[in-house]
Amino acid sequence: MSYLDLLRLAAPETIVVVAALAVLTIGLTSSRASIWCPLVAAIGIGAAIVTLLRLPVHANLFGGMLVISPLNSLFKTICLVLALLTLPLMTSEQRGRNSGEYVALLLLGTLGLMLLVGSEELLMIFIGLELLGLSLYVMAAFDKTDLRSAEAGLKYFLFGSTASAFTLFGISLVYGMTGTTALAWIAQKLSIGTVEPLLAVGIVMTLIGFAFKIAVAPFHLWAPDAYQGAPVPSSAFIASGSKVASFVVLGKIVLIGFGPVRGNADWHGMVAGWSPVLAALAAFSILLGNFVALAQINVRRLLAYSAVAHGGYTLLGIIAGGRDGFSATLFYTSIYAVTLIGAFAVVAAVRRETGGDDLQNFSGLASRSPFLAASMSIFLLSLAGLPPLAGFFGKFYLFSATFRAGGNHGLLWLVALALFGSFLSLYYYLIPLRVMFVDQTGSTSQPLKGSTSLLARATVAVLAALVLFFGLMPQSLAAKIVAALG
Amino acid sequence: MIAWTIYLTFSGAILLLFLPRAFARWTAFFTTLAGLGITIATFFGTDVDLAHFRTIVRVPWFPALGMSYHLAVDGISLVLILVTGIAAVSAVLFSWDVDQRAKEFFFWLLLVVGGSYGVFLSADLFLLFLFYELVIVPKYFLIAIFGSTNKEYGAMKLTLYSFFGGTLVFLGIIAIYSIGGSLDLNQLAGIQFNPRLQSWLFPVLFLGFAVLAGIWPLHTWAPTGHVAAPTAGSMLLAGIVMKLGAYAALRVAILILPQGFEMWRTWIAVLAVIGIVYAAAVALRQRDLKFVIGYSSVSHMGFVLLGFASATVWGVTGSVLQMFSHGVIGALLFAVAGRMIYRRTHTRDLDALAAMNLGRALPFAAFSFVIAAAASMGMPGFSGFAAEITILIGTWKAFPLAVWVTGIGMVLVAAFTLRALKRTFFDVDGGSTAPPGDANQMSALPTQVRSSAEPSIHLPAITLPEKLGAGLLMFATIAVGLYPKILIDRIQPAVETMRFLTK
Repeated sequence: MSYLDLLRLAAPETIVVVAALAVLTIGLTSSRASIWCPLVAAIGIGAAIVTLLRLPVHANLFGGMLVISPLNSLFKTICLVLALLTLPLMTSEQRGRNSGEYVALLLLGTLGLMLLVGSEELLMIFIGLELLGLSLYVMAAFDKTDLRSAEAGLKYFLFGSTASAFTLFGISLVYGMTGTTALAWIAQKLSIGTVEPLLAVGIVMTLIGFAFKIAVAPFHLWAPDAYQGAPVPSSAFIASGSKVASFVVLGKIVLIGFGPVRGNADWHGMVAGWSPVLAALAAFSILLGNFVALAQINVRRLLAYSAVAHGGYTLLGIIAGGRDGFSATLFYTSIYAVTLIGAFAVVAAVRRETGGDDLQNFSGLASRSPFLAASMSIFLLSLAGLPPLAGFFGKFYLFSATFRAGGNHGLLWLVALALFGSFLSLYYYLIPLRVMFVDQTGSTSQPLKGSTSLLARATVAVLAALVLFFGLMPQSLAAKIVAALG
Repeated sequence: MIAWTIYLTFSGAILLLFLPRAFARWTAFFTTLAGLGITIATFFGTDVDLAHFRTIVRVPWFPALGMSYHLAVDGISLVLILVTGIAAVSAVLFSWDVDQRAKEFFFWLLLVVGGSYGVFLSADLFLLFLFYELVIVPKYFLIAIFGSTNKEYGAMKLTLYSFFGGTLVFLGIIAIYSIGGSLDLNQLAGIQFNPRLQSWLFPVLFLGFAVLAGIWPLHTWAPTGHVAAPTAGSMLLAGIVMKLGAYAALRVAILILPQGFEMWRTWIAVLAVIGIVYAAAVALRQRDLKFVIGYSSVSHMGFVLLGFASATVWGVTGSVLQMFSHGVIGALLFAVAGRMIYRRTHTRDLDALAAMNLGRALPFAAFSFVIAAAASMGMPGFSGFAAEITILIGTWKAFPLAVWVTGIGMVLVAAFTLRALKRTFFDVDGGSTAPPGDANQMSALPTQVRSSAEPSIHLPAITLPEKLGAGLLMFATIAVGLYPKILIDRIQPAVETMRFLTK
C-alpha cells in the first residue's frame, strides 16, 4: 500500500481539508472574506463530489479504516451536498467577522462526516465522531453576542463529551472481548462465542454515543437548546448532515459488526441483544418527542422535539434490519435532512426580518412572503408525512419494511406506535401553518424587506422542489440506496 | 378520457396561482365545468365497462415496491365522479362572492376536488391513499381561513379526525401491502387473506375510512366542521368528502377483506342505525340552521353504511345511489343555508331567522330549500326516496329490526327538516319569543297570519350564479328521483360482481 494510493483513494477528504485550510487563510487575509470563504468552500465541496464519483467502486484500506463501497460513496456525496446546501444559510446569517473560521469549521465537520461514513473500523469511526463533534460544539457556540448560543454550545459539549466517553469505553470493552476493532472481524468473533454480560455492556455503551448523536430520548436533552440557540446554519448542519452520517454508521455497526447479537424486539418474543435496546429508545423517543413538541411555542424548539420523534421513526428500519429496513432508514434520514435544512432556511429568513423565531414571528407570513410560507408548509407537511411529499413516501417505505421484518409482524407494536406518533405530530405541524396562513395580526401585510438574498431564496426553492420531487419520484433516490446496499 | 378530470383540476389549481386575481373564479369555474363535461360525456358514453374496475391508465411508478400510477373506472366510480363534478361546479358558483384572498380560496377548493377525483379513480392502494390524504390539508385551510363560527376549532377538529382515520388506514394499508404483496386493488380483491388477520385488520381499515363517512360515534367532526366551513367548504364536505370515506370503505376494506366484513357487519349495521336515529334526534334540537343540516348529513350517511352492512345487491346499490343523492341534496341545503341566507342575514339562528319572514324576502331561496328539504326527507320523486327505499329493501332480508328502527329515524328526519324549513322561511308569526320546537305554536298561530305581502326586511336579491348553482343541484336530484334507473343501471352491474355479497 503506497502513500500515493492512499492519497488517490482519500482524494475527496484531502480536497475538503485543503479547502478548509484555504478558507482559513482567506479569512485571515482578505477583507472580503464573507464573500470569498463560502465561495471557496462551495468550490472545494464541488470538487470533492466530482472526485468522489471518479473513485474506484470498491476498495479497502488498512483493514476497514477507509472503505470505498457504493454505499459509502453515495452517502459521502449526500453529506457533501447537505453541507453545500447549508452554506447559503450562512452567507446571510454569518456575515461579519470570523466567517473564515466558521466556514472552515463547517468543512472540518464535513470531513468528520466523510470519515464516519467511509470507515468500517471502530477507532476510525470514533475519530470521525470526535472531529465532527468538536467542529459542531464550536459552531453551536459561534454567535458570541448571543447568550443562548453559548448555552447551546456548552450543553452540546457537555452531553457530547460524556457520550463520547461512553462510546470509547464501549469500544474498548468490545475490543477487549473480540480482540479487534474492524467491524467485519467483530461480527466473525461474535458469531462463534456466546454473549457475555461484559460484551453486552460494551455494546450498549457504544450505542449510547450514537443515540446522543441522533438525539433519541433519553439522550436528547441537548437537542432543544442546540437547535434553538445555535446560529441557524449550525442547527441545520447538526440536524441534517450529522444525523445522516450517524445513522449510516449506526446501521453499519449494529447490522455488520454486532449482527450476530441482534436479539429480538418482537412484542411477544423479546430476546436480549441490541434490537430491543434500540426499540426501547425508538418507542421512548416517539412518545416523548411528539408529546413535548405539542407544547412548544418556538419553531426551532418545536423542530428539535419533532427531530427526537423522527429519530425514533428512523431507528425502526435499523431494528427491522436487513437490506429492506436499512435502505428505508437511509432513505428516510436523507429526505429528513433535506427537509430540515429547508425548514431552517425559512427560519433564518424569518429571523432576519422579525428578529426572532417564535411562532408569533411567523404570524401572517403568507401575506408578507407567500413564497416562504408556501415553502415552509411544504417542509412541515413533509415532516408530518402528508402526500405527495417526500416524508409520506419515506414513512410508507419505513413502516412497511418494519412491518414485514421477520415475517411474523412482531414489530407491529412499533409501527402502530410510530403511526400514533405521526398522528400527534400533525397537530403541532399545523400550528405554524395556522399562524402563517390564518393569523393576520403582527406586522400586517408589510412585505418582507428585500434583504432575503436571492441565493437564500433560491436555496429554499431548490430544497422545496427536492422534497416534492422525492415525494413524486421516490425511486430516484430509493433505488440508488437499494442498489448501493447491494 | 375520464382521467383528465384529475389533470385538468390540478392544472387549473396551479394555473390559478399565476393568473391575476380577477380571473380566479372564472378559472375555477371553467376548470370544474370542464371536469363535469368530461364526466358527463363518459357517463353517457358506451366505452366504460360498468361491471369491472377496468384499467384506464397504468404507468409503473416504483416497480421495485409494486407501485404504479394506476387508474381504473367502473359504474360506482363513474356515479361518484358525476356527483363530484356537480358539487364542484355548484360550489364554485356559490363562491362567486369570495373576494378576500380569492386565489388561495379557489386553489384549495380545486385541490379538494382534484384529490377526490383521484380517490374515485385510483386502482392502486398507495395512489388511492395519496389522493385521500391530499384532500385533508386543503380542507383545513378552506375552513380555518375562510370559515365562520369557531372556524379554527372546527378546522382543527375536522383535520385531526380525518388524519386519525388516515392513520388507521395507513396501518391497514401497510399490513395489506406487506402480507398481500401487492398494491393493485383488483389483484388484492382476488386474494384470500387469513381469516384471523381479517378479523382485526378489517375493523382498523373500515373504521379508518368510516371516520370520514361520519360513522357514529366518530361523527362529531362533521357538524362542527360543516358549520365552521365557508359555504363552498361545507358543500364539498357534504357533497364529496364524506363520500370519499364511504367509497374507500367499500372499495378497500370490504372488497379486500370480505371475511372480516362478514364478521363485523352486524356491528356496522348497529352503528349505522344508531347514527341515523341519534343524529336525527340531535338535529331536532339544534338552533343553528347549519348544525341542523350538519347532523342531517350524519344521519344520511348512516343509510350508506347500513346499505353496505346489508351485503345485498340492493343494499349496496342503494348505498351508492344514496351517496350521489346526499351529495347533491347536502350541497343544496348548505348552499341555501350558508350563501343565500347567512351571507345576507348574518345569522343562522332559527329564532332570528323566524323573525325575518324570509319566505317573502327571498322567494328563490325558499323554493330551493323546499325542494332540498323534500328530497332530504325522502319524498317520492326526489333522489333521496329512490336511494333510501332501495337501501331499506336490501336491508330487510338481513336486518329486519334495523329497518324498523330506521323507520323511526326517518320520521325524525322529516320532523327536523320540516321544523327547520318552517322556522327559516315560513314562520309567519315573526318575532315569536316562544322556545323553538314548541309544538303548540304551530296550531296556535294561523289566525295571526300577517296580512301584508311586504317582506319584513330588505335583503340583496339572489344572484344569477346562485340561481344557476341551485338549478343544477335541483335538476340533479329531481332527474334522479324521477328516473333513478339512469344511475342504478350503472351501479348495479358493478355491485353484482363483488364477492362479499350474501347470496
